[in-house]
Amino acid sequence: MRLGIVNGFVNLHPVRASTWVMAAGTAVKAINMATAQELAAEEFSRVVERHRPQIFRFLLSSTRDVDLAETLTQECFLKAHRNWGSFRGESSAMTWLMRIAINLQKDHWRNRRMQFWKTTRTNSVDLDEASEWLPSGESSVEQQLLARERVKQVWQSVNGLSERQRTVFLLRYVEEQELSEIAEATGLSEGTVKAHLSRAVARVRLELGGKR
Amino acid sequence: MSWTEKTKENGKTLSEQPALRVVNAEDQEFEATLKDFRISVHVWSDGVLSRPRTMKVEIRPRSWRWAAGWALGCVLAAGGVGGGLLEQQHQREVARIAAEQKAAAERKQLEEQARAKVSDEVLLAGVDSDVSRDVPSAMEPLAQLMVDDGTK
Repeated sequence: MRLGIVNGFVNLHPVRASTWVMAAGTAVKAINMATAQELAAEEFSRVVERHRPQIFRFLLSSTRDVDLAETLTQECFLKAHRNWGSFRGESSAMTWLMRIAINLQKDHWRNRRMQFWKTTRTNSVDLDEASEWLPSGESSVEQQLLARERVKQVWQSVNGLSERQRTVFLLRYVEEQELSEIAEATGLSEGTVKAHLSRAVARVRLELGGKR
Repeated sequence: MSWTEKTKENGKTLSEQPALRVVNAEDQEFEATLKDFRISVHVWSDGVLSRPRTMKVEIRPRSWRWAAGWALGCVLAAGGVGGGLLEQQHQREVARIAAEQKAAAERKQLEEQARAKVSDEVLLAGVDSDVSRDVPSAMEPLAQLMVDDGTK
């Protein structure tokens, strides 16, 4: 019996060394792939952990529906996981994820409009409930009530915005993203983002001013 | 307004200019409202994310169990109904056979009775013929005297 020692492995089988080298190469490749997959999985887990609150928050503010926001967040990360290999890091992971979330939300509204007859009721919370989440801080009761009332008015105004205006407005004033980031996430030019944002702010402002 | 006044006006700080002060105050209020809005959404989202989740685990019997249960139930029901019907039919059959047997027995009895009656008459006739004798010639005159009306 001929024993071959290649790369520290002992070949106990009486086969040709070249065959064994090929097999060893495949095994090394497999090990490398497994390691790479593990690393990618770990990296993706970190991305999920880091960006999930932000994605959920954006979807929650867009839909005002806790269950729907959770579902869309899950879908967003599922889609991201499937396409994680194709993510080249040209934009930040956050921008990439936000783009997926915006598309999912868009699809949802489109499907919902198409199937409006199937929807008997909406799960979205009412504006009073949405505006209740204001920390009391050190302000007086009157100030808190006033602040809540104004937040409620903002919600009402945001509801009246077009889908694109709402997305841009929420990304700017809730997620505090830069115009360039919003442009990248929405796939619009910076000029268009600016225009949408300007119209959205003007409308919200007008409605707030008109009610005061 | 003269050029000097305009220059003086322009030289003031933003807060010193009355018209701009109003705009500025409105801006500040609007910004404060937007800030409150942002905080509200953040707190709401964080609250939802950190809430304790309750998972309802509803143990449902599997579909094949439902199917098996239904099938068994159907078999039992069918067996019960079928058994009852068979039993009823069997009893009817027994009653019918018993009635037929009874009727046949009665018919046989009647036939036997009829046959027995006929044989009695024949027997009596035989007895009559056997027992009866011709009146002797010596008794002929007496026999002629007798009136055959049942009296002596």
